[in-house]
Amino acid sequence: MIEVKDLHKQYGDIVALDKVSLTVGRGELFGLIGPDGAGKTSLMRILMSLLLPDGGTATMNELDVVKDYKEVRLITGYMPGRFSLYPDLTVEENLKFFATVFGTTIQENYYLIKDIYQQIEPFKNRRAGKLSGGMKQKLALSCALIHKPEILILDEPTTGVDAVSRKEFWEMLKRLKSMGITILVSTPYMDEASMCDRIALIQQGRLMSVATPHEMIESFPEDLWAVHTRKIYETSKHLEKLSSTLSVNSFGQVLHLVTSKGVHSAESIQKYLLEKGELEITIEPSSATIEDVFILLMNHHKHLK
Amino acid sequence: MITTEPVITVKNMVKKFGNFVANDNLNFEVYKGEIFGFIGANGAGKTTAIRILCGLSTPTSGEMKVGGFDIYRQTEKIKQNIGYMSQKFSLYEDLTINENIRFYGGIYGMKIADRKVRTEKMLERLELTEYRNRKIGDLPLGWKQKLAFSIAILHNPKIVFLDEPTGGVDPITRRQFWNLIYEAVEQGITVFVTTHYMDEAEYCDRVSIMAEGRIVALDTPERLKKQYSANNMDEVFLKIAR
Amino acid sequence: MNRFLAFLRKEFYHIFRDPRTLVILFGIPIAQLLLFGFVLTNEVRNVKIAVVDHSKDYLSIRLTERLLSSGFFQLAALPKSESEYEGLFRSSKVKEIVVFEPDFARKLIKEGKAGIQVIADASEPNAAQLVVNYTTAIANGFVKDEFTKDQKVPGINIKVRMLFNEDMRDAYNFIPGLIAVILMLISAMMTAITITREKETGTMEILLASPLKPIQIILGKVVPYLILSIINALVVLLLGYFVFEVPIIGNLALLLGEILLFIFLALSLGILISTFANSQLTALAMSGFVLMLPSILLSGFIFPVKNMPVPLQIVANLMPPRWFIEINRTVMLKGGGIETIWPNTVILLGMSVIFILISIRKFKIRLQ
Repeated sequence: MIEVKDLHKQYGDIVALDKVSLTVGRGELFGLIGPDGAGKTSLMRILMSLLLPDGGTATMNELDVVKDYKEVRLITGYMPGRFSLYPDLTVEENLKFFATVFGTTIQENYYLIKDIYQQIEPFKNRRAGKLSGGMKQKLALSCALIHKPEILILDEPTTGVDAVSRKEFWEMLKRLKSMGITILVSTPYMDEASMCDRIALIQQGRLMSVATPHEMIESFPEDLWAVHTRKIYETSKHLEKLSSTLSVNSFGQVLHLVTSKGVHSAESIQKYLLEKGELEITIEPSSATIEDVFILLMNHHKHLK
Repeated sequence: MITTEPVITVKNMVKKFGNFVANDNLNFEVYKGEIFGFIGANGAGKTTAIRILCGLSTPTSGEMKVGGFDIYRQTEKIKQNIGYMSQKFSLYEDLTINENIRFYGGIYGMKIADRKVRTEKMLERLELTEYRNRKIGDLPLGWKQKLAFSIAILHNPKIVFLDEPTGGVDPITRRQFWNLIYEAVEQGITVFVTTHYMDEAEYCDRVSIMAEGRIVALDTPERLKKQYSANNMDEVFLKIAR
Repeated sequence: MNRFLAFLRKEFYHIFRDPRTLVILFGIPIAQLLLFGFVLTNEVRNVKIAVVDHSKDYLSIRLTERLLSSGFFQLAALPKSESEYEGLFRSSKVKEIVVFEPDFARKLIKEGKAGIQVIADASEPNAAQLVVNYTTAIANGFVKDEFTKDQKVPGINIKVRMLFNEDMRDAYNFIPGLIAVILMLISAMMTAITITREKETGTMEILLASPLKPIQIILGKVVPYLILSIINALVVLLLGYFVFEVPIIGNLALLLGEILLFIFLALSLGILISTFANSQLTALAMSGFVLMLPSILLSGFIFPVKNMPVPLQIVANLMPPRWFIEINRTVMLKGGGIETIWPNTVILLGMSVIFILISIRKFKIRLQ
């Protein structure tokens, strides 16, 4: 279990974490979602006892990350943001090294990493620097798991990895979760949110929202329309001028139009666009994605400032 | 305005680093005025290909023309006619916005009057006019990326190469960035872009999907989705990879 | 202990898998040695000498013959009085003058001891030292041969006088100095680089987040380079001894002990640098400025400390190699024992303790 209370971190004038409070339950797969510079890495480094907070407290399975940092380091597995293994050591040597550092052996906890490690075992004599992105990530996860941690902290493990490997990676996390490991994972990809039990949307050092992905989508407070058009750019310009429009954003070839709750119907928007000379357009009410939620909250916070 | 007039032609492009084949026989054309996307994971060979086309790296073999110029013999000409923005942020952190613009305008030999007019327009567009004397290092990531892009096209190049310009940027800024790309296209600039984000693939006119140094698919997002009967590019990618 | 061994194994993998590291470790010391060696040494062959024989007895004549028939020397003058010596040197007619004291044979047999004065032109110090060494060696060989049947071999008391450069700066001194420079390079620079490399690859983050203690990380980094530094020091000593015939007159154990102390000091300096530098490049630059240049220029390796302006002398006194080179010269070339070098040893010990204390304090258990 991870408990974070009023955590504050500042680098000079820049506030990296602004009174962040958060609880991750035992055996929960918790996602920290936000862009670069939102404070994800700072939060994880504080939890790993690699950074000291400027204020507030954080505990990992009741251990204080400042006072009991030695114990914290024993019970947690960590994958930092960038590839952090020895590129000149082979796959097996890397794993063996980290096992020994944590006072264990590959054999002892093999069952835990078996599913993951088996996929890279054919390459165990290859230098880690020569692995593909997906394989590197699997090796890094194996290394973080080898001492059978109670908590896993993964900082953007899927960034820069191909879509297939990303998918496989989330499957692995689900299996680890089912073994009772608490997992805190960060990602800049909003579409990965649905893989988590609960998520926190983080932006500029503040948690904008914490809930299950489902709740977040369900509680979207405004109306959202999917607008299919051939001329995305023009249509979005027109829609921005529609009364009570909160935002227009492209999602691939579809426009997501957000309007204040209960003001418009698909027909009224269609009519508006017809007046503007837009003919080939279909509009349907749509449910929000996490990205829609994120954008709405970002705009909301901007207005507050 | 998309044409079928090629501004980039690539025939049998091969790039090897020792035994490692980074680009394995690439063949494609990029048409004038289009947004051409390169999609693929890290290490798929995207950056290597972009570097070759920008004249930053010599291919092992193959025939390539960029903006009508030969990649082997006319790299200087090519560099005059392209803009380049790399994955890592490419402006000087310790110089101000203004100083960076002056510097890049200088490298590309822009006329001073011309540079001044364009600079004003650009800063106004980015709503950065009042911050022009701020150091780049003090700006948020999203601003930096937008600024770097705008500076890369300040000299009105024929083609602009963007290597993962939106990595790690928040969803609003990401879309603002794409709006800038659309505006550049309207000015007649051809855009060559790489990205990890699958939804961004759909913003491109044509996408080529790369894996292990090869192009495994190349078409409009629309047709790719149809061909693989997928709802979005993410599914297309998964189906191709499996 | 297991953890520590695992760490060591990993370090050796790093070292042996990176050709550049290997070149720095073993190529540079040997290259430097040969470079200095060739620049500084001259071949001893048909060196012109003068002989002044005040006894003219059978032993002095035989020794003169032995010198001249060795192939190394060639008789060029027989000066009558001391006033001629300087002229002979100045006009480069001779490089060395050998003066036999009166009653050479009688003193040698009766008293078991006789004197020769060897005067050399030390304006080319290295050559002068070589010439003197050859002369000494031939003289010593001569008495051994002459008195093989006797129980007690008498000794020739050779008094060396160096003209024009009495202190013999530079001559031979490059080996003791070079040991200092090489140890600084290998021990300090390589340690600093290897630690900062982990910061660059991001693995330091994982090591810090592991139960490894800082001291384990530091020792794991230091021990491999300690071993390699010792090997390097031995290689230089051996090359110096066999290729350039630089003698080790003093106690070898003492010399090795002092070398070990200096290695320890250099390693702690390396760790200290790594706590400041965040990239390999910075570490390299810092090592270059902080270690290499001063240890070459301010240590007395090339320029004698006592000839420096006072402010520079003060700075030089803060340079560990300055004290170490003095130790090395004393032990290797003059045969001095601990009784003469203990102040230097204490200074080096003190510096090591200070450096290691600062490094351990500064070595962070956290990032930032």
